[in-house]
Amino acid sequence: MQANVSTSSYKQLEQKSKIRNMFLRWFLYFVLILFASYFIFPLYVMVVTSLKTMEEIRQGTLLTWPSALNFESWAVAWGGRGYGAGDTFLRPYFWNSIKMVVPAVFFSTFIGAMTGYVLTKWRFKGDQWVFLFLLFGCFIPFQAILLPMARTLGVLGISNSILGLVVVHIVYGIPFTTLFFRNYYVSVPTELVKAARIDGAGFFKIFFKILLPISAPIIVVTVIWQFTQIWNDFLFGSTFSFGEAAPIQVALNNMVLSSTSVKEYNVDMASAIIAGIPTLIVYVLAGKYFIKGLTSGAVKG
Amino acid sequence: MKTLKIEDLSKNFGTTEVLKKINLDIDEGNFLVLLGPSGCGKSTLLNIIAGLETINEGNVYIDDYNVSKVEPKDRNIAMVFQSYALYPSMNVKENITFGLKQAKTSKEKIEEQLKKISSFLQVEELLNRKPSQLSGGQRQRVAIGRALVREPRIFLFDEPLSNLDAKLRVEMRREIKKLHQTLKTTVVYVTHDQTEAMSLGTKIAIMNHGVIQQNDTPEIIYNKPSNTFVADFIGSPSMNLIKGKIIKKSDQISFLGENSNNDIQIPINNYNFDKKIELDNKEVYFGIRPEHIYYKKSNEADFEIKLKADLSEYIGHEQIITFNYSNQEILAKFPSTVKIEINKEMNLYFDLSQISLFDKNSKERI
Repeated sequence: MQANVSTSSYKQLEQKSKIRNMFLRWFLYFVLILFASYFIFPLYVMVVTSLKTMEEIRQGTLLTWPSALNFESWAVAWGGRGYGAGDTFLRPYFWNSIKMVVPAVFFSTFIGAMTGYVLTKWRFKGDQWVFLFLLFGCFIPFQAILLPMARTLGVLGISNSILGLVVVHIVYGIPFTTLFFRNYYVSVPTELVKAARIDGAGFFKIFFKILLPISAPIIVVTVIWQFTQIWNDFLFGSTFSFGEAAPIQVALNNMVLSSTSVKEYNVDMASAIIAGIPTLIVYVLAGKYFIKGLTSGAVKG
Repeated sequence: MKTLKIEDLSKNFGTTEVLKKINLDIDEGNFLVLLGPSGCGKSTLLNIIAGLETINEGNVYIDDYNVSKVEPKDRNIAMVFQSYALYPSMNVKENITFGLKQAKTSKEKIEEQLKKISSFLQVEELLNRKPSQLSGGQRQRVAIGRALVREPRIFLFDEPLSNLDAKLRVEMRREIKKLHQTLKTTVVYVTHDQTEAMSLGTKIAIMNHGVIQQNDTPEIIYNKPSNTFVADFIGSPSMNLIKGKIIKKSDQISFLGENSNNDIQIPINNYNFDKKIELDNKEVYFGIRPEHIYYKKSNEADFEIKLKADLSEYIGHEQIITFNYSNQEILAKFPSTVKIEINKEMNLYFDLSQISLFDKNSKERI
């Protein structure tokens, strides 16, 4: 008897928890879909608007689907209308940004890796102070250093040049990249370095042959971070460059704000998307390697 | 000629003294184990021998040559680490040959060495695998292979078995012992595990607080610990150290436990005193190992005593019984087949040929 009573009450409880779990699951999906649409909505508006003609934009609403796939505004955003003076378009500035971002990301990542390696595997007296000051660099607001940096660039003779921007971004990237690599290398057993030293490898050999090959995950993280920072930077770009030498974000701003007659929303939207595409590509491509690097988990030899 | 000699070696990290005036030497072919609790400086000492750590004072000699300022790679040593420290991005073959390549060894020689070592350690079929694809025991083997291939004068092992599970540890311990018997290379081996130390070492140096407490063969360390630290550290459960004093009446020397009544005096006439000292009324520790307390008389000289059993711990092949000796705990180890009643007095027999006496103040053996 006793057994039967408890069995039936277990059944009731089981039924209850089933219903509860189902409700929670649907609620979870609902919230997820809500947030996903909240984030996807602006992108949808941008893409849709960029494909419309000005006529359509004026007549329809934000959400209306374009009547036809019209890439004209994309062409205008990228290559201009070809009437000479006053015709701002993104192509040259896009290449400016590429010329800036590639060396800046490469060198800041490389220097960060080296510094992180030294700070963890070749400890020296006062190294924690060096690290502390580097960390300090992460917290300095960029606005605070605009003037001294402008002066420095002037003295070096590289103001208003892409080289100047590269230097600025390398300098301001190093605190972050060092932090990333240091924290990664801290978890790599120092015994690896000791073993390599006994095997006769020196400072650079250990770095290039032992540590760098297992750094893929953190390199990807650093590259994503640095690329996003540098590509999307507006403050340094607008302060230290103008005209021909400006990076894409500055050009985008000039283009959108300096339109003479009517606001061409479709061209503006297309330009904004073009300016954002490279970061997206980096995320999509590198994100895959990032996960690969994490799952292969080769660090613990 | 000593294969390894350490002379007045001191090392400090900032204001903490890690090693204090260490003197140590090893003859060719010996297996020296550095044993001690964590933080006693044993690993630092090993790193100094390897040249991975700088010296503050003193010197290290290998084959009578002062190597204190010589690079690790030129010291003719090889080291096996606790975490194995296999290069994660290289396969087994590259791991083993990395050192030879650094030393610009010829291709033929490298191939030859690789073949020899990999067949010796039975890792031939693993040569193309990455360390992450190996089991703990295999990694251990490859790490040893990487050390062997250098054909060093001295092998340094830094707790090489601590990362393995209990069963594998015993297996690898035997393999290391075999390895040493076959190759007869000098070994310095760091561990905190006394069983490892006892079973592997031809000599054991017990360290504590940066000082070598005793450096001798496993038998002497076990039977004649030079101070209470060694007595307490070696053995499981460790040696009973009974507080009390020595009483000397005419020709009769005996030990009287603290708080114990005058009838229970343990005669210690046959004890071999290391030092000539004034014995009467000397405060001492009377040391006897749990395994040297018997439940039946086995020897005429055994000292018979009646004690109450307080606690029994069953551990399979044996049992550890805690007795009350005038309010001091005494542990004894018996086969688990013997029936012991708790809270009852029983006759025990101390094997007086196996005791140690220590000065209560200096903690040194007397």
